[in-house]
This record gives sequence, C-alpha cells and structure tokens, in this order.
Amino acid sequence: MSGEDDAPAAAEAVPDHEVWEFYLYVAGQRPRSVKAVENLKRMCEEHLAGRYRIEVIDLLKDPRLAKEYEIVAIPTLVRKLPEPMRRVIGDLSNFEKALSRLELRVIKD
Amino acid sequence: MADPHAGERPHASERPGIAKAPTGIHGLDEITGGGLPQGRPTLVCGSAGCGKTLLAMEFLIRGIREFDEPGVFFSFEETAQELAENVRSLGFDLDDLAAHGKIAVEHIRIERDEFEATGEFDLEGLFIRLGLAIDTVGAKRVVLDTVETLFGGLANEAVVRSELRRLFRWLKDRGVTAVITAERGDRSLTRQGLEEYVSDCVILLDHRVNDQTSIRRLRIVKYRGSSHGTNEYPFLIDASGFSVLPLTSLGLDNLASVERLSTGIERLDAMLGGGPFRGTSVLLSGTAGTGKSSIAAHFAEASCRRGERCLYYSFEESPSQILRNMRSIGLDLAPWVEQGLLSFVSVRPTLYGLEMHLATMHKHILAVDPKLVVIDPISNFITAGSAREAHTMLLRLVDFLKTRQTTAVFVSLTSGGGAIEATEQNISSLIDTWILLRDIELGGERNRGLHVLKSRGTAHSNQVREFVLTAQGVEFRDVYVGPEGVLTGSMRLAQEARERAEAEARQQKIASKRRELDHKRHALEAQLAALRTGFEIAQEELELLIATREAAGQQVLDDRTDMANSRRADNGTPDAGGSGTWAMAPAIAASASDSSGDET
Repeated sequence: MSGEDDAPAAAEAVPDHEVWEFYLYVAGQRPRSVKAVENLKRMCEEHLAGRYRIEVIDLLKDPRLAKEYEIVAIPTLVRKLPEPMRRVIGDLSNFEKALSRLELRVIKD
Repeated sequence: MADPHAGERPHASERPGIAKAPTGIHGLDEITGGGLPQGRPTLVCGSAGCGKTLLAMEFLIRGIREFDEPGVFFSFEETAQELAENVRSLGFDLDDLAAHGKIAVEHIRIERDEFEATGEFDLEGLFIRLGLAIDTVGAKRVVLDTVETLFGGLANEAVVRSELRRLFRWLKDRGVTAVITAERGDRSLTRQGLEEYVSDCVILLDHRVNDQTSIRRLRIVKYRGSSHGTNEYPFLIDASGFSVLPLTSLGLDNLASVERLSTGIERLDAMLGGGPFRGTSVLLSGTAGTGKSSIAAHFAEASCRRGERCLYYSFEESPSQILRNMRSIGLDLAPWVEQGLLSFVSVRPTLYGLEMHLATMHKHILAVDPKLVVIDPISNFITAGSAREAHTMLLRLVDFLKTRQTTAVFVSLTSGGGAIEATEQNISSLIDTWILLRDIELGGERNRGLHVLKSRGTAHSNQVREFVLTAQGVEFRDVYVGPEGVLTGSMRLAQEARERAEAEARQQKIASKRRELDHKRHALEAQLAALRTGFEIAQEELELLIATREAAGQQVLDDRTDMANSRRADNGTPDAGGSGTWAMAPAIAASASDSSGDET
C-alpha cells in the first residue's frame, strides 16, 4: 500500500529491533482515512526516517481483521513494534498527542 | 433443559400495525402484547445487577431455540468466556450454540488510556465488526451490552453520541431486532440519555431491597405503536432464567364454571347453596384457633375424594404436623398423600421475597396441575412484604388460578379485636366466597362461630353457625339466638335446658287445669244425677198416691157388691156404706200394681 513504497528501503539499513512497525486501520478511502495515512507518514519521516514500516489495513476489504486488534474506532493506529503494543485513535492531526502516545518524542530527545 | 413455560406461548401481535418478535421470556411477551418491536431497537435500562444482561441474553437464546432466529451478542463489559460461564448455570450452553453457528458472542474491549484521540475518528470499526457478525450467523437479533461503556472509554462524547445515533439507525436499516442495555441515570432513564435515540421501546428494570428482601421490578416505559401493560411487574431470576409475573392476563376473560364443589362439610355446603363454584377463590379468615386449618383440610379432603389433585401450601406447620392434627379430628389425609392426590409444600414465607414465592408457586402449580390449591395462611405473605405488595401478589395468584380453573382456598389469620371484616378489606375484592370464623366468648368459654360474609353468585345463608371440632370432623350446630343474644357452647346448652324446663312447666300447668275442669264436670254431673233422683222419687210418690186412691175406690165398690151379694140385694141398688173400710188393705196392693202397669 501507499506506505510501503519508501519505508522498506530505509528499513534495511537499521537492525530489526530498531524498526518501528505500524498497522493503520482504515475503512475505505474516506477523507479521514486518507488524512490519517498522510499524517502518519509525515510523522515517521520526521522522527523515524528509515526505521519504520507501515501497513494500512482496509477493514472494508477484510472485516475479519478488525477483531484481531479489537478495532472499534476508525482510524486506529497500532504500534506493533517496539513492544509493548500501543494504540492511538483518530486521524493523527494532533501531532503532539500522537507523538507522546507513540513515545516518539522520547526517542528523539 | 425442558422449558416449563412451553404451554404458555403468547399470542401473536394483536395489531397488524407493528410486527413483534417474541422474546420467549415467561411473562414478558404477555405484557408487551407479543414481544419486542421486530426489526427495531429496544432499550433496556436499569441499575447495576438488575438483570439487564440476563434479559438480553435470554432474548437471544430463546430466539435461537424457540423461534430459530440466530443472534449476535456484543458485550462491552464481560468477555465471551465470562458470559458463557454466567449463563451456564441457567442451562444455556453458549459454546454449543456458537459451534452450531447460531450465536456470535463478541467482547468489545474499550480501555480509556488507549483511546485518547489524536484527531477525528468515528466508530466504523464497531459497525464493521457488527456487520460481519450479523452476516456470519445470519442474525435476526442483536444485543449490545452495555453500549454506554463507549462513553467512558472514548473521551470525545460528541462523537460517541453521533455515532450511537448512527448505530441505532443502522441497526434499523439492517432490520435486526436489537436490545441495547444501558445504566440507569440519576435523573434520567439512562446515564447518557440513550432513550433519546432509542424511542421504539424502552423497558426499565429495577432492583431494590426492602427490609432485607430483594424485589425486582420491570416496567415498560414506552412502546411506540403498541398497547402494553403500564404497571410495574415483579420479575425474578432463578434457575430457569428470567420470568416476569404479569399482573393479570390483561383482562378478566376467564370462564365461569357453574359447577359447585363440596367443601367436605355438608352443612357448610348447604350454607353456600351447594358449595363454592369451581375455579373461584375462597377466603377462610379468623383469629387464632378458630379452626381455619381444619376447615381448609376438609376442603382438601373433599377434593381428593373427588379424585382431584390438591396442592396444600402450609407456611406454619410441617406436613406431618398437619397430618397428625387432622387425624385428631377424624380426617386422615395420609392415604391421599400416598396416592399422590395431595401434595404439601411447607416453607417459611419470610425466607423469600414475594416474587420468588409467586414464581415458585407458579412452577409448582404448573408441575402438579392441581384442581384445588390451599394456601395456609396467606397472612404470612403480608409479613414478607407490604400489604400493598401482598395484595398485588395475591391478585396475580388469584388470576393465575382462575385462568386455570383451579379453586383456591386462602386461609387468613386476622389479629384479634377490631373489625375483622375491615382489616382484610384490601383483599376482599379478589375473593369470591368469604367465610368468616370467629371466637364467640361467652360465659367463661370460647366457642367457634362461622358465617358466610359473602359468596358471589350464591344465595348464601346469613346465619351464624356454631361449629364443633369432633373426633369425626367438623360439625355444625345452630347457635341459639334469643333475647339473650347469640349463645354458644355450654351457654347454648344451658339455655336449651332452661327452655326445655320452661316448656315442661307450661305443660304441667295445662294438665292440672285440665284435671281441675274434669273434676268440676264430675261434680256437676253428680249434682244433676242427685236432682234427677229426687225428682223421680217425688214422681213415684205421686203415682203411688194416685194408685192407692183408685184402688181404695174399687175396693169400696167391691165390698159393696160383696155385701150386697151377701145380703142378696139386686144389682140395681148398690149400697155404699162406711162399714167396708176394714177389708181395704189387700186390695190396694193389687190395684196399685195394676194401675202402674196400665200406665206404663
């Protein structure tokens, strides 16, 4: 999907445990979903350049995946790696909140 | 598990306007007139622990089992595992139903700290999961329990509200019959005001504890497009699940039998015009020791004698105690127990709440199918709840029994003193035949009196009877009613003896008068006889005199003839001389006897 185009190339350069892995759950190509994807990419580029993988999961295409990560709100971002798992809901427009929830700022500092 | 209520499936929706999905829950379909609105959401609200989840779960499970409508249960609080364990005790096997693809139970986990929004969002994920679950099992019924948890988990209330509004609309569009549970709010039906969104049907559950007894109540707050019972209905949760106790079957359309049942006491039957009608309710009320239970036992015995099963609720005595006591008045109930015609249920009513009692009674009655139910005494129910509650409970029981054409005998203990009739005014309207037993205290002893206060449809006796408990059972005596008032017992006996003595005295007086009169008559007759005798004597004397005179005259004539003959005188010259008197005497006797003979 859209996020996979540039991320894998950068990821190869760093060790696996330092790769941040994200699942972004969306429902179709609605503006809110598109916005969330854009925001996530921007955030990763700013803070995790070359150290991230993003998988965008469209629940309209496979609704069964919603249960696995107990998705209720759309969009929901799941930080699969590093452990422990973290979840953030919303379209990530609030960068400050998103960064603190994902503990990205700590890494940067 | 066998369904105990299988025979009571409710009627389909009485109005064509709104389709209803029967819940299969005992009593609920009756008060909703057929079930929940089909294809629409219903809101079930109530405080924690009032049984919302169970009601919702039973709605689904009965839907699957009885109406072949698969269901989806979305739980926001308990996990699927917990739910399965909770309902297993009620005989519902969720895992089995799930394995057969009849039910989908899904836990929606909401944790607040994970749900801090970083921007705009919606609950499409919930819709997708729900949609998937519905499609997977082909669900016709959906439960969301308790959807308000979303408010706690998601900080953005405005979003939750608009999403819930969308959700209920979406459920409607999907055409599923949905039950949404919600917590009771302080001033509103639900904490989050969900009743604004779900407006087709709102059911309120309530659970309070009064005097250490828990009371559960159900009320239909709203049911758009349908008539429904508006009262608070007690409900309970027991080993077979949820059951609501309808106040009435929404109408008094039970058939009235014209068959009269013997009370087992001949003279009581006579007082009641042959006995109470079948399927009616009889109240035996009186103070302690007035013989209520003895009369109730006669009812029971008479029923068994007819070959009809009798269910005897004894809340004060154990069955063996009753058997022993009744044997002492010549009623041997033991054979009926052995034959299975008489069954006793003995339990202290204060152990349970009223609803629990009523429900257990319903179950017993459905199981035993008796023709006569004796409840001895009902007054104990009043101690188990308030008078009002006891009244509604009795009303329910009476109606239930009436619809089954089961005769009911209620025994009620009234407190001494005061107007006995007044204290039970509140249950009088439920009772068809009211037999009042009372102590009559006179002359240093207490005796038992009985009268029929009312008996619907019967020209009943208005007399007070004294009844005596003998070794041969209850016997009735006429009480003495006279200028001294109502007398019973030895006073009655004394009065009767006094009356007998008085009657005897009167009898003797008449006899002596009669004798006196006879005497007078005899005297009179004797006098009459004496007078007659005197008269006869006088008459005889007179006749004798006359005869003597005649005889004397003839003698003179004869003497003269003799003399003339002796003198050779001719017949033409009789000589009447004075010399002939000396020969008179013998002639008198002869002529006197002749003359008397001629006369007669």
